[in-house]
Amino acid sequence: MQRWKQEVPAVLLLAGLGLAPFIGFGEGYVLTLLARAMILAMAAVSLSFIVGGAGLVSLGHAAMLGFGAYAVVILDDLQIVEAMVVLPVAMLAAAGFALVTGAIAIRTSGVHFIMITLAFGQMAYFTATSLSGYGGDDGYTLYARSEVNGARILSDRLGFHFICLGALTLTWLFCRMLLASRFGRVLRAVRGNPMRARALGFSPYPYRLVAYVIAGAIGGAAGFLFANATEFVAPAYISWQRSGELLFMVILGGISGLHGALLGALGFVLLEEWLSHQWEHWRIAFGVLLILAVLFLPNGLAGIPNQVARMFRRG
Amino acid sequence: MLSLRGLRKNFGGLAVTDDVTLDVSPGEIHAIIGPNGAGKTTLINEISGVLPLDAGQILFDGRDVTRLPLHRRARLGLARSFQITSIIPDFSALENTALAVQAGDGSSFRFFRPTASEARLNTAAMAALDSVGLAHRAATPAGAMSHGEKRQLELAIALATQPRLLLLDEPLAGAGPEETERLIGILRSFRGRYTIMLVEHDMQAVFALADRISVLVYGRLIATGGPELIRQNPEVRAAYLGEDDIPLSGAPC
Amino acid sequence: MSLTLLLVQGLNGLQLGILLFLIAAGLTLVFGVMDFINLAHGVQYMLGAYFAAHFAAATDSFWLALLLALPATLLVGLVLEFLVFRHLYDRDHMAQVLATFGVILILNDGVRWVFGSAPLQVPMPEALTGGFPIMDGLLYPHYRLAIIAGGLATAGLLWWLVERTKVGMLIRAGATNAPMVAALGVDIRRLFMVVFGFGAMLAGFAGVMAAPILSVEPGMGDNLLILAFVVIVIGGIGSVRGAFLAALLVGLVETLGRSLMPDVMRLFLDPSSARQVGAALASMLVYIAMAAILALRPAGLFPVRTA
Repeated sequence: MQRWKQEVPAVLLLAGLGLAPFIGFGEGYVLTLLARAMILAMAAVSLSFIVGGAGLVSLGHAAMLGFGAYAVVILDDLQIVEAMVVLPVAMLAAAGFALVTGAIAIRTSGVHFIMITLAFGQMAYFTATSLSGYGGDDGYTLYARSEVNGARILSDRLGFHFICLGALTLTWLFCRMLLASRFGRVLRAVRGNPMRARALGFSPYPYRLVAYVIAGAIGGAAGFLFANATEFVAPAYISWQRSGELLFMVILGGISGLHGALLGALGFVLLEEWLSHQWEHWRIAFGVLLILAVLFLPNGLAGIPNQVARMFRRG
Repeated sequence: MLSLRGLRKNFGGLAVTDDVTLDVSPGEIHAIIGPNGAGKTTLINEISGVLPLDAGQILFDGRDVTRLPLHRRARLGLARSFQITSIIPDFSALENTALAVQAGDGSSFRFFRPTASEARLNTAAMAALDSVGLAHRAATPAGAMSHGEKRQLELAIALATQPRLLLLDEPLAGAGPEETERLIGILRSFRGRYTIMLVEHDMQAVFALADRISVLVYGRLIATGGPELIRQNPEVRAAYLGEDDIPLSGAPC
Repeated sequence: MSLTLLLVQGLNGLQLGILLFLIAAGLTLVFGVMDFINLAHGVQYMLGAYFAAHFAAATDSFWLALLLALPATLLVGLVLEFLVFRHLYDRDHMAQVLATFGVILILNDGVRWVFGSAPLQVPMPEALTGGFPIMDGLLYPHYRLAIIAGGLATAGLLWWLVERTKVGMLIRAGATNAPMVAALGVDIRRLFMVVFGFGAMLAGFAGVMAAPILSVEPGMGDNLLILAFVVIVIGGIGSVRGAFLAALLVGLVETLGRSLMPDVMRLFLDPSSARQVGAALASMLVYIAMAAILALRPAGLFPVRTA
């Protein structure tokens, strides 16, 4: 019963996104913004899966998106735009990168894990800047969006909106399922008390590595969508500031459940957009809001309902 | 069942385990006692694989496990509890215990089925909770339990792995008089069903529970035998002289 | 690549290393003693540079500007500690990261608001405008040598403070076991505040010294912050000595890599891609070094022993 209640905000949010185009948020500009928010939410959910689920605080998650996005770029250059080919390649590329770097990074823990994932992210970033064939620092403009079975449904604004929504929903359901499975239980146990888990016979390493690779593959898929959304890919997408932003979305939303990442990502992107239209120096206000959120919302945006309920109970 | 052969460990020149040789036979409750700083917890850590040895050999069921890491030894059936309660605070009592059942039930690389509704795991977990008298608290988050209940839960977790040997590091540590009595009752109910090696300060409990007792002083074993034999051993008496908390006549500390 | 150029690049690397050390020293102490991740440490460096620019313009003297900028950065550090950071000591690392990121946003945009986005220039002090002849026809600026000297002197002072004074002893004890120090009756909050303010001032000092040779602009601290984190992780968190050696290492690798890598790459590639690949590889070098060090020695080169 309690578990069921926890899912209400996420379901409402996803339903709202499904209705948005029909209740006055159907303009091109709004849809573009929403698509961006949903794609970043997808990456944030996958990051939340490893941060909240496995205790792996990665500061290099943008690199996963980068691998996905650059897979689109490289295949586009070869004039391969079939999504059935491009998407698997994007996911495999990101998963492969996650496997290689994760195999090393997961040997460390705590702050050292944060820093080593940052290091790998920066390596990916500087590699991207050196890809002179694909624009180097300046980035690469796609010839066209990917096609599905020859049909150009990703090019249709409304179609793309629902593809992003579908991908986000699928990501959320998938990560939720993983966390509830035997595998996820071991992950959560390792995060809660690694010594206990080991004394029961679970070696944390393989579980963490598999989780890291899965999150990487989802990040790759998000990168594929991101490249299609902007039709342009640049190394800036992989910079450490991007990885930091993803992590902030996860923390801002609250790491006690995946729906926190949904709230955090949408809140972050929409607030940023709204504020930037209000005031030239909107980052000042944004920074103040972040600090206030940390000080007064210890469980993130997702913790607000409980906090309010507690306040009422106290009278 | 468990054979320790010449175990040695130094911490910066200080021998904390000094040529310890010991056998635990199937079905017995074997207690390790000794004054503070005798290296009892160190010994448990060496047997369970938390600390590496400098020299010696550990045989478990005739198999050399000296070089195996903690989680591999656990999979062979060596379950342990910790002196400072080690549970997963976010999990309910049931989920803590079900995790332990899961450890002994095939691969945990299963991604699809929600494990909270796996009847096989839950039934076995409830049985383990029941045998320590915690069945009625199954849904309580472990972090919210009282100290005594956490100690009971830790026993349930150990049982749920279907261990071949239970290593208990001061199972009564920090428990109040009432809780102590309850825990002793639970441990007594294990007699004959499990092979147990335990470290404990509470002499009354040790003499009431143990089939055999080994006395560890500054990392060395000075005596092993039945409770009567130990009680009368002059060396043991000498070792405890000046230790005000352990009168061998049997008052609780 | 001649020997002279190598010498010049080596000195530049040393100078970058010194600046990095001044930033990393505060960061590693704050991290080691308070277990506090302060992303906003880089903006202290930026503020130091902005204060230098502002006071230099107002007083027409670099030295007066230096004298005024130091207490100003100290004050900002203490105000931030009072307003934000002290409420975060008991929180987890993620809360600290998010809140201090908020501080970065505020201060980066704040200086843009107050001083504009255009880079500011700070004139070099009159006495140090000349150069030191390292070879015929090649002068190495006095000012850069002064940075190295000033940084080394500060490092020496810091060493003395940490190793030889009572406060330093408490700081070292705090880095090893903070609850123990608190249990001994030391006002740990006061100690935190001292460490914090001092760290902020060191970063500000680095900013003041860098102001005449770099353009003073919003966000100038962000990339140095990341390098400073690399430094403290390589050096071992909480270790000032480790931070010093790691800062010099990172400074040299960064600077020499940038000038040598394209040449090395030219051995394998055509000139234009050699330049691009070389530059990317050079930027990557410190991260490769950090990943390798962490993979082999997860606690850094000079780990502080924790009880």
